[in-house]
Amino acid sequence: RGKMAARLSGGENRLVSLPLSRIRVIMKSSPEVSSINQDALFLTAKATELFVQYLATYSYKHGRGKEKNALTYSDLSHTAEECETFQFLADILPKKILASKYLKMLEKEKRDGELGEGDEDEEEDDEAVED
Amino acid sequence: MAERPEDLNLPNAVITRIIKEALPDGVNISKEARSAISRAASVFVLYATSCANNFAMKGKRKTLNAGDVLSAMEEMEFQRFVGPLKESLEVYRREQKGKKEARKDKDKKTDSEEQDKSREEENDDDDERLEEEEQNDEEEVDN
Repeated sequence: RGKMAARLSGGENRLVSLPLSRIRVIMKSSPEVSSINQDALFLTAKATELFVQYLATYSYKHGRGKEKNALTYSDLSHTAEECETFQFLADILPKKILASKYLKMLEKEKRDGELGEGDEDEEEDDEAVED
Repeated sequence: MAERPEDLNLPNAVITRIIKEALPDGVNISKEARSAISRAASVFVLYATSCANNFAMKGKRKTLNAGDVLSAMEEMEFQRFVGPLKESLEVYRREQKGKKEARKDKDKKTDSEEQDKSREEENDDDDERLEEEEQNDEEEVDN
């Protein structure tokens, strides 16, 4: 549809780019919600756009990706961890860890368990793995 | 309506465009980053909805309204959004009013195209018309 193509390409001219129908589907997936008035739907869609912009620019500004002129997953994950406003994202944007480090962590935990040290060994040196 | 997992995602093309327009020219966005932002946006919608719903319940209302969403933004520490949202809302309301008046004059022959509400559409125009067919200002239907 020519009209749709024109609307999609003129990003800044539309009032909201995210499709209201999709936003509505997500909102309605919450069991406790019964009805949503049209204005509320619009505002949620618009707020989500503002949120995407904010998350992207904040992460870019505070992250290391910009050293290579990029926005990386790590920048986003960092934002979720460091910035209180975005902490609700921490679970879905976990920090990534090298598989080798993870395996070593597991080994260490196992060793500690065998020695019966339990929680005593809390020294969490991020770089405590032997390379 | 049973939602498939992808129905809770937002369209990649739109998300990508919003990100690109927000960042300086030429910044590369990894696919992983884009995907992560998209997921974050879905979570944001859920969080905002839940929060707004609390305000509606406090007001003993079953329908989420504009005020609930704005209150939710403050609650979620996104006060910075409130000003721009209010402005956008004004424009939106004017637009809607204009559309309603235009449609009253229009022939009803296009109604048959709007029957299938389960179709996913990227076109806001159709979305808004669908929403309006379904509800006036207060939506009473429980899905």
